[in-house]
Amino acid sequence: MVSPNTELAYNSKIEGEVVVSRLDAVINWIRSNSIWPMPMGLACCGIELMAVGGARFDIARFGAEVMRFSPRQADCMIVAGTVTYKMAPHVRRIYDQMAEPKWVIAMGACASSGGMYRSYATLQGVDRILPVDVYISGCPPRPEAVLDALIKLQDKMKREPSAKRLTA
Amino acid sequence: MTATADVTAALQAKFPSVTPRPSGDHLAVNVAAADAVAALKYLRDEFAYDMLVDVTAIDWAEGASPRFTVVWHLLSTTAHTYLRVASDCANDAEPAMPTVTALWPSADWHERETYDLLGITFTGHPDLRRILMWDGYPYHPLRKDFPLAGIETELPDLEVAAETGASVKPAPMAGGPFVASSGEMNLTEAEPRAKDESWNERSEKRD
Repeated sequence: MVSPNTELAYNSKIEGEVVVSRLDAVINWIRSNSIWPMPMGLACCGIELMAVGGARFDIARFGAEVMRFSPRQADCMIVAGTVTYKMAPHVRRIYDQMAEPKWVIAMGACASSGGMYRSYATLQGVDRILPVDVYISGCPPRPEAVLDALIKLQDKMKREPSAKRLTA
Repeated sequence: MTATADVTAALQAKFPSVTPRPSGDHLAVNVAAADAVAALKYLRDEFAYDMLVDVTAIDWAEGASPRFTVVWHLLSTTAHTYLRVASDCANDAEPAMPTVTALWPSADWHERETYDLLGITFTGHPDLRRILMWDGYPYHPLRKDFPLAGIETELPDLEVAAETGASVKPAPMAGGPFVASSGEMNLTEAEPRAKDESWNERSEKRD
């Protein structure tokens, strides 16, 4: 039922339930608390990544439990493992299929720098083909380190000028 | 079941090219490339070497002749004995060896790997493609003249290469091979590290 609005002045009941914020803060808050990771498990780091998703470490506490194996439904690629030159173009193509906005975490020594694989077959760091946001050290990193990287990525996301990019 | 000592004698009686091969562990024989498939078939049928464990090859380095030796590792699942058969490739520049995929289907991928990494053409192989490196890779990485760090080439996907500007580059080999010291109880010292840490990308190696 529609009733005529007779309120002309300040209504503390309504104003009391309104939160004033910047658009950037709202968008970033939403984005950073529902990261959908794309688990790019290429080696042993992938096993550790599974542990992060399990009950003991519980990535759901940070809103990133929805692991998507389709790049079209994901917005954060976690490159977990050794990227060989043979695999590198496929990793890049999967990244290209992810919708904007998107982020990349290089998990472990191999994804970050080639690690111990100083050889003809290994890409010396996935940052040669992807824009990496957060690097995680370790071989493989502990699950806590992955969660730490996720929190760091959330901090980074919260500083982004998202509203400007939406309209640009 | 025939005792292993008789295998060499029986082989030599049938194939005069067979000679005993020095070996630190199992029985081993050399055989001429022309007799290789027939000898392996004979071993499979008469001596119950029914399992082909491995096919690999040796690169005796540039200048050596014969340069390449193909090695087959056989196992008898009934007698529980191993046998190593080796055969030199006649051509040093374009080594070739007849395939044994007709004898053991497991030879298929082993021969593809040996072709991929050492460049030995297995004649008669049903599908001799690279198996580890990508199609179109121009080198055979396990050859002695191929550097561990690699040689600059293009990425397998030219579209991605154009978009990212990335290419296959020699890996940084600061301090030489990056190896772990085995048998070291002190884990800090056993960690993989460069063999010679006196040089790196910034400061050149002094000879």
